[in-house]
Amino acid sequence: MSEKVGSGPLQRLDTRHRVDTGKPIRFTFDGKTYTGCAGDTLASALLANGVKRLGRSFKLHRPRGLLGAGREEPNALVQLESGGFDEPNARATLVPLYEGLKARGQNAWPSVERDVLALLGVLQRLLPASFYYKSMMWPSWRFYEGAVRRLAGLGKVPQARDAQQYHKRNLHCEVLVVGGGAAGLAAALAAAGSGLRVVLMDDQEEFGGSLLGENRFIGGRPAAEWIAATLQKLSAMADVILLPRTSVVAYYEHNFLAAVERVSNHRGPGADLRRARERLWRVRAAQVVIATGAIERPLVFADNDRPGIMLASAVQTYLNRYGVAAGRQVVLLTNNDSAYRTALELHAAGVQVAAVVDSRGDVNGPYQQALQDRRIPLLAGRMVRRVKGRREVRAVTLAEHLGGGKLGGDKETLTCDLVAVSGGWTPTVHLYSQAGGRLDFDAGKACFVPAGCAQAVAVAGAAKGEFGLRGCLAEGYRLGAAAARAAGAAQIADITAESCDDWPQAPLQAYWFTRDAAAEKQWLDFQYDVRVSDIELAWRENFVSVEHVKRYTTAGMSVDQGKTSNINALAVMAELSGRPIADVGTTRFRPPYHPATIGTFAGREVGEGYAPRLLLPAHSWHLAHGAVMEDMGWQRPQCYLRAGEDFDAAVRREVLAVRRSAGMFDGSPLGKIEVKGPDAATFLNRLYVNNAITVKVNAGRYGLMCNENGVVIDDGVFVRLADDHFMVHTTSGGAVRIYQWMEEWLQCEWLDLQVIVNNVTSQWANVTVSGPNARKVLQQLDSDIDFDAAAFPHMQFRRGSICGVEARVLRASFTGEISYEISVPARYGLGLWEAVYELGQAFDITPYGVESLMVLRMEKGYLHVGADTDGTTNPLDLGWAAPIDRKKDDFIGRRSLSRVNDLRRDRLQFVGIEAVQAQAPLPVGGHMVSCANPVLPEQTQGYLTSACISPTLKKSIGLGLVAGGRARMGEAIHIYADGNSVAAKIVSPTHYDAEGVRLNG
Amino acid sequence: MMQIECPWCGKRDEEEFTCAGQSHIQRPQNPRQNSDSEWASYLFERSNPKGVHLERWRHTFGCRQWFNLARHTVSHEILAVYPMGAAVPEHISTAGDGAVEEVVA
Repeated sequence: MSEKVGSGPLQRLDTRHRVDTGKPIRFTFDGKTYTGCAGDTLASALLANGVKRLGRSFKLHRPRGLLGAGREEPNALVQLESGGFDEPNARATLVPLYEGLKARGQNAWPSVERDVLALLGVLQRLLPASFYYKSMMWPSWRFYEGAVRRLAGLGKVPQARDAQQYHKRNLHCEVLVVGGGAAGLAAALAAAGSGLRVVLMDDQEEFGGSLLGENRFIGGRPAAEWIAATLQKLSAMADVILLPRTSVVAYYEHNFLAAVERVSNHRGPGADLRRARERLWRVRAAQVVIATGAIERPLVFADNDRPGIMLASAVQTYLNRYGVAAGRQVVLLTNNDSAYRTALELHAAGVQVAAVVDSRGDVNGPYQQALQDRRIPLLAGRMVRRVKGRREVRAVTLAEHLGGGKLGGDKETLTCDLVAVSGGWTPTVHLYSQAGGRLDFDAGKACFVPAGCAQAVAVAGAAKGEFGLRGCLAEGYRLGAAAARAAGAAQIADITAESCDDWPQAPLQAYWFTRDAAAEKQWLDFQYDVRVSDIELAWRENFVSVEHVKRYTTAGMSVDQGKTSNINALAVMAELSGRPIADVGTTRFRPPYHPATIGTFAGREVGEGYAPRLLLPAHSWHLAHGAVMEDMGWQRPQCYLRAGEDFDAAVRREVLAVRRSAGMFDGSPLGKIEVKGPDAATFLNRLYVNNAITVKVNAGRYGLMCNENGVVIDDGVFVRLADDHFMVHTTSGGAVRIYQWMEEWLQCEWLDLQVIVNNVTSQWANVTVSGPNARKVLQQLDSDIDFDAAAFPHMQFRRGSICGVEARVLRASFTGEISYEISVPARYGLGLWEAVYELGQAFDITPYGVESLMVLRMEKGYLHVGADTDGTTNPLDLGWAAPIDRKKDDFIGRRSLSRVNDLRRDRLQFVGIEAVQAQAPLPVGGHMVSCANPVLPEQTQGYLTSACISPTLKKSIGLGLVAGGRARMGEAIHIYADGNSVAAKIVSPTHYDAEGVRLNG
Repeated sequence: MMQIECPWCGKRDEEEFTCAGQSHIQRPQNPRQNSDSEWASYLFERSNPKGVHLERWRHTFGCRQWFNLARHTVSHEILAVYPMGAAVPEHISTAGDGAVEEVVA
């Protein structure tokens, strides 16, 4: 697409501002190229270029311009850059301009200027709160979802991998000051210099807070000089850390805060990619001072969302900080004195102020006097009846304000291209609320203010409802010193606040919405298109709790978290229901205060850094011999591919090799927990369903473990090494869990038992040799162990030396063939593996992987806990009633097995399944049903847990859980999945060598 | 994120620990003599107080040791850390079942 040059007239004023007009910066928005200058944000640069519409609203696609100048901005969300730098929902007001910046408007097609979907605005009466739930029920929400998601929305999710890096840092300090405006700078200065670690974080590009956008004087000199002097003092102190561009987004328990530093965002894709883009600061502070300021509220009247209607504080900021007049002919609309400053400053800069319109009828103080002195018309006791202009404001028609939002007769119509509004101020108490702080409603200031918190936190300045500049400084100095003292500073001098150009202010008049105007035209939440009519609807439908109203109407739920809308919305709710605002209350704020990138929280823990890799001692050998590796906690071979062989063929070959002659398996991850002490047998007897007392030294026993609810949680062979010493083998994935389980019982319940447990899983490598020739292979090894069948029967254990290395050998089988599990210290694992492989060549020994092992154990009907059992399976379901009856002692979970539900005959029981057609694959997870073509919904009779085409038996077999299954041997059943079913019958789980001839051979 | 004083390792961040819920739940001496409802009570019934809660924690990514902790569920103030098997410290007044009467935070 060719770039078009934007044609807006530049409106940079020749006043004192903070941008450098000598350094032009080129950027594009919606495909057009513009020029701004150093110090600009994307918003101020677009405003300077005369771009009035920056976005489309979420639901109705109304054209939207800037409302704010900072973090509160609800409208100007843009999609920034593309590819590896793609970022949706960036606030144009927070994006510092850099050379070559590219941004697009969101939720509009083809562009913000010409959005086809604006037709939706015509249908606005049909789209009230909750219309999705009410009107999109038939045939189902899914039917509409795709279309709705395209119509409504914010930015597009980036598709490419993020090209940037994110880091994390921990920070401990005595005093953390959040917010670098007047109060925050004062607090940091007062706390610093006593040897304490003081940290000041501020989320703007530079320190100064709202002072940057105001034309104020401190100690008789411009505020900018005070800011510079204060920063100079702070940066000269060794124990002070100043972090600009750092948003504190979360306040958790015990004064733990999370902050996101924008390290190189302001350089865009041109930044050095070796450096972090953002850094997450994890801060633990002894004392916290919150000085986060306040956010101005819009006034609520018909069509109050038109482009050209802007917060008075934003107009003031664009004027003073960026040298941009947001309009040529301005109407100021207010219910309080603070907005008068904007009118006076605009006037001083040569911008025509058509009038100041005040909802209050009777006002006469220094501000009103100042207007009179400058011959700026003041229209008191008026409010807006209607706004003229659809794409941007062209005029406002006023009416008499009778009080309480009621309007009288029409009055003046004022031509204008900018309406600056102020509905009062909302202290930024989000972090305080997150910290658990209570909020009280201050009716005089019409806002919620901090009212007590259990954590070590203080609130200073406008965030506390202190709106005078000198008051902010005084509070900052006082609370900064108090925080330092509370954190242990001995010598802290009090600082006296400088004099400031504060004028006495008349009380604000609460004005929440306009009674005599269409409720569906009065916007509360600009970002989510929530209007007064939506709150009315919620109220009519009997919603009472403010938490419910919020979720029903979605007021305050968009990415701005209701920074400009929360108070207005709940005030409307209060007015409608006739309750005081204090009774309606506010919702609890939750992190993050401002959206944070997921990348910041992921940090370096992505890709290879996500988790450590566990490698087998013989890992390199496996790779060199064609192993197909899978991450199963450990990197484990699934099978070993030979040239020209596919996965299934390799598994088939390996299985048949084990059955015919001999195979070798890397069983190193097998769980190994040593249990030792005089009470070791007693302890295991309580943990295992089996009897552990009667196990003889050098013998092993297969056992099940339950939790107290009687559910099987693990199985494996435990071996008695000595009277007071056991080796417990757990499932490979269960070693850590069972180790913790043992420690929990020993430390929390049976403190009297003298037992120690130790997880030695990774200390022993394990080579398992399995097959009819396994014994012959082992007899080739240089060893003092007698492997003769009579000397070393099944489920016996021997210690000795193999190839000169200490070895532990257990004859136990998970394949159904003669098997020896040889364990040696991990460092000899590769050596033993190579030795066995070499000596086994005479018997065509074949390495086999986990997938082949699964087929072997399935043929034999060996249980795989977690695959063949679920969160309800008890030992009775596995056919263990007889061993349990024989055991006299209690064990974990035993009492649960005598509950009525655990004894039911129709419980899901472990059985074998055999397909009628030998080569018909059985679907794992498929449901057991009684007929081939079930009419859904059909009652399931269980499900298939494992399946394979058995290479040994040349049949399609499986294992499963079937209702009352053990009494149904031979019964026909169908396995149903995804619309198909496979005919099968219920059989014994032991498909292969039911007599155990091969196993015990 | 809370900061917890491990009795063996000192103050550490909450993410090193695992909470296993209410403490002081004694396993019945002879479960076979318990009725189904007594057994169900041992297995499932837990208190959920707004106030001080006595709970079991393990320093999972540290010394692996279990200990008891008295925590205010609203303010997250930790009022006591004491060993497994020890009685509830005297300054915490119990109302039974691990629930403790509200303490002003």
